[in-house]
Amino acid sequence: MFGSIDPALLISALMVASVPILLAAIGELVVERAGVLNLGVEGMMIMGAICGFITAVESGSPALGFIGGAAGGAILSLLFALLTQVMQANQVASGLALTLFGLGLSSLLGQGYVGIKPPLTGSVPFGPLADIPFFGKVLFSHDPFVYLSVAIVAAVWAFLKFTRGGLILRAVGESHDAAHALGYKVQRIRLLAILFGGAMAGLGGAYLSLVRVPQWVDGITAGAGWIALAIVVFASWRPWRALLGAWLFGGITQLQLNLQAAQVPIPVEYLSMSPYLITILVLVVMSSGRGRASLNAPACLGQNFHAAR
Amino acid sequence: MLRLEKRPTPSVFWSRATPVLAVALTMIAGSVMFAVLGKNPFEAIRTIFWDPLFGEFAWYLRGQLLVKAGPLVLIAVGLSLGFRAGIWNIGAEGQYIMGAVIGAAVGLAVYPTENRLIFPVMIVAGALGGWAWAMIPAILKTRFNTNEILVSLMLVYVAQTILAMASTGFLRNPEGAGFPGSRNFSSYPAAANPELIAGSGLHWGGVAALATVVAAYVLLQRHILGFQIKLAGQAPRAARYAGVKPERLVLFCMGVAGALAGMAGLFEVTGPAGQISIDFNVGYGFTAIIVAFLGRLNPIGILLAGLLMALTYIGGEMASTNLGLPSAAIQAFQGMLLFFLLACDLLTNFRIRLAQVEAR
Repeated sequence: MFGSIDPALLISALMVASVPILLAAIGELVVERAGVLNLGVEGMMIMGAICGFITAVESGSPALGFIGGAAGGAILSLLFALLTQVMQANQVASGLALTLFGLGLSSLLGQGYVGIKPPLTGSVPFGPLADIPFFGKVLFSHDPFVYLSVAIVAAVWAFLKFTRGGLILRAVGESHDAAHALGYKVQRIRLLAILFGGAMAGLGGAYLSLVRVPQWVDGITAGAGWIALAIVVFASWRPWRALLGAWLFGGITQLQLNLQAAQVPIPVEYLSMSPYLITILVLVVMSSGRGRASLNAPACLGQNFHAAR
Repeated sequence: MLRLEKRPTPSVFWSRATPVLAVALTMIAGSVMFAVLGKNPFEAIRTIFWDPLFGEFAWYLRGQLLVKAGPLVLIAVGLSLGFRAGIWNIGAEGQYIMGAVIGAAVGLAVYPTENRLIFPVMIVAGALGGWAWAMIPAILKTRFNTNEILVSLMLVYVAQTILAMASTGFLRNPEGAGFPGSRNFSSYPAAANPELIAGSGLHWGGVAALATVVAAYVLLQRHILGFQIKLAGQAPRAARYAGVKPERLVLFCMGVAGALAGMAGLFEVTGPAGQISIDFNVGYGFTAIIVAFLGRLNPIGILLAGLLMALTYIGGEMASTNLGLPSAAIQAFQGMLLFFLLACDLLTNFRIRLAQVEAR
């Protein structure tokens, strides 16, 4: 029954499947470490998907497409930053607005792009390395973004842990009053974090429409942005755990697709709802008991900051 | 430079005026969007906001207003209770689907009965279906401290899969030649939800929505539970000292929202939609979030906001058939409305002052 599933192919596909949620999750992780809860990940992702797709199709260059995707996500996140940091609007409501608006706008922009094939993103040429049995397939047969996403996780980890900038960002997220008293520009730092989160979500979205699917479909993200938000909780706001979480979810998504293809006697519907159910299960496990993830949440998460003077 | 000064209490005037201001700003920004799409902005705005009420086909479209506003108001009133208490149920779409599926299943199980009592039973079943679906995030939140936003949203996707299973599997019309979709309730009079007054568009869902608005108003203004909801939202710690049990509030608010959304789904499936089909849900559960905010989380405000939002739905459809405006444009338009509303709220909570240069 499971004989038709090749483990090397599964692992290699898992790494590809996890890239979009990993990119979105690592971006949101930085945003939340700065004390901002941006629930608009889904909207920024889908805007990245369509902006990246349009740029790539019009220019013929996948690289420009990814830049366009990141820019699309970042521009939408700027709107969120304006609302929450300048206009002092409720972060939960603003994030929802961002998602609703992004879903509508993306399907509006994508009208003329249904059914078009984007230019292909090639894989990194590793030469003979790719021919190593098993490891060649698993490690050395991917497009640049699989490696880039892991590099971004490493960079974010190093930034948060070792640099002065990372310390300031965490300070803003843990106690914005103290950070303000020390003379740091709370709003400006949060704005930068939000922009980074938007660009990462946009990049993840562009990966969906340019590599993973690859074409434009309305509602292409199908909840990937929300799963990315769940992964941040799963990761207890730590970068490497986000990588683990993304691989776990990528693995489940890929496994259920493979099981569908292998015609396992489980109804397709149960398989396709499994990633969402497992997300809930993971949230329950992570949020309860002694290792409560919420204890690691940045103390000022979701609170707006307004300097009295 | 402009400086923001926090108001000691939110301004009553601005809290009433911001929705109007936001709608006006959305119309302006929407016109720009329509102009960019190559449509005449004045004509587009007129088609969306004026023609459904006073245009050539207004006699028909005015009725559609209540058809669309009914579920929006019903869901939004339920959501607003939770939003007031700081409980974010954003999975109303899933609760709406489950209410429709469970309620329709009960009705179809006894097909073709002629007993009129089946319809009230189906309403209860629909409400229970939505309630049960909302209880999942509620109980997970109270027992395991799980984030209700993420869980309720994940369950929307699960509910959509169940809807697909229902329409292609266990609720499929046995006489439907294998096509997906359940039996049509319009040919099942005992369980149907027809128009009550011909041409008005009012069905039992609209009646339920009006009753809910009144009930929610009384609850919030006159009942201790309504006071506790408001208190828990504005001052959670004070609420706890006053003996408000947050867990009970979560269960109550999520449960009411779920039951109302489930009822809305049942009224829709037996009335305007007619049957369970794969594309049965059209996003009322998400639009209701905008309605709740546009109505200032106030039952009467929500009634007005629901009517306005229904107008944009109908006008949007008109604009897409008459002017070739993409149907997604109206979705972006509705999202924009929420943006402007949240931005304008600045005026409710802050005063804008010209900052004086500080003496050093």
